[in-house]
Amino acid sequence: MADLLQNSGLFFALLGAAFATFFAGIGSAIGVGKAGVAASGVLAEEPSLFGKVLIFQLLPATQGIYGLLVAFLILTGTGIIGEPKDITLLQGLLYFSASLPIAFAGLFSAIHQGNCAVAGIGTVAKKPDQMGKAIILPAMVETYAILALLVSILAVFGIPNIK
Amino acid sequence: MPQDYTYAVARIRSKELSLFSQKELDELLNQPDYDSCIRYLSDKGWGSDREKQTSDELLKQEENKLWQLMKELVPDETVFDFFRVSKDFHNLKVAVKAATRGAKTDGMYMQNGTIDPSVIASAVENRDKNRLPDFLRDIAQQSITTLLQSSDGQLCDIMIDKASLDYVYSLTQKSDNEIIRLYGELFVAASDIKIAVRCCKTNKSAEFAKKAMAECDTLNINSLATACAKGFDAVCDYLLKTSYKSAVEPLKKSPSAFEKWCDDLLTDKMKGQKRV
Repeated sequence: MADLLQNSGLFFALLGAAFATFFAGIGSAIGVGKAGVAASGVLAEEPSLFGKVLIFQLLPATQGIYGLLVAFLILTGTGIIGEPKDITLLQGLLYFSASLPIAFAGLFSAIHQGNCAVAGIGTVAKKPDQMGKAIILPAMVETYAILALLVSILAVFGIPNIK
Repeated sequence: MPQDYTYAVARIRSKELSLFSQKELDELLNQPDYDSCIRYLSDKGWGSDREKQTSDELLKQEENKLWQLMKELVPDETVFDFFRVSKDFHNLKVAVKAATRGAKTDGMYMQNGTIDPSVIASAVENRDKNRLPDFLRDIAQQSITTLLQSSDGQLCDIMIDKASLDYVYSLTQKSDNEIIRLYGELFVAASDIKIAVRCCKTNKSAEFAKKAMAECDTLNINSLATACAKGFDAVCDYLLKTSYKSAVEPLKKSPSAFEKWCDDLLTDKMKGQKRV
């Protein structure tokens, strides 16, 4: 039992990597999907706006990338990729905790950024010259995904020093 | 699961760019003659590529294009029934007159109702009311009987028009959407006011006016019908006591000013939806 608990550190670390990828990825998929539907509506009438609406569609994609980045750091930090390392149960739980900010902030911020991007696409459809202003609004949502990414990265980097 | 209108909204927003701006409306108004106006509209993409088109053909084609777009965007067309059933009632009027008086119907039927005009025409002609939808069945029977017994075409018209207003009102008031309920209320109230003014100008009795008007929440049709038997000023006095007091000024000006007031009122109430 003690052995099992000792070895489950790696399991929790891997679970953390999975959470970061899974939830942030789901958020991005929903956000990009919604924006893509709106973009298709605009392109059906105005194909020349492809470049502009594509940028809006890509905005909610970043959370998925942030999740992947944190997952990659966890995988390398725990030795799942690269040189094998001993991970204690505490460290495993800490890696898992470190993944939560980007997992959940990524999920919700990507969904809401997608909604905001849909509204921005509507603005650009009516007033293509207002692209600059319209893109700032969904970009503001990104702030919170970046904050979560920072916390997750700082936590992941700090964990190897904790035994 | 509620219908997702993201695609539809984005497409309609793009379509808004093709609406006429003030500059284009001014250009249209400045065209020297009818043919130039038609050419201007054709150049802007109205109608088909056909050489010679009349204004009616242009408008019909534009309406058909609009309904085609709605069919593409909204899988369940019944959400537009409150817009479309008026055409069914109009088609019923045409069919009843054609069947009882042998009137010519060339170009009289309206497309884009909820049922094919040919179904209404053949059901009325063969007196087969079972082929008609529920909302047309009784009124079809009543209007045919009235027209055959009294030969009063006007009475037949007001019966069908009232049934149409009542049905539009009931459809809209059943909706969960506040703006559709508001549309129904304004549509019926504006129609009642138009009926009252027309009855005044043609010296109709309060009884006749009441028969033609449809019930709605914001107008008391008994008071409006009584006022219209007393004269135009009495109608205006009554309206001043209602939420439609702003209609009095345009009513006094001209029928087209009142039509514009109705359109402006509806457009104004719908404006909030642009930001939903």
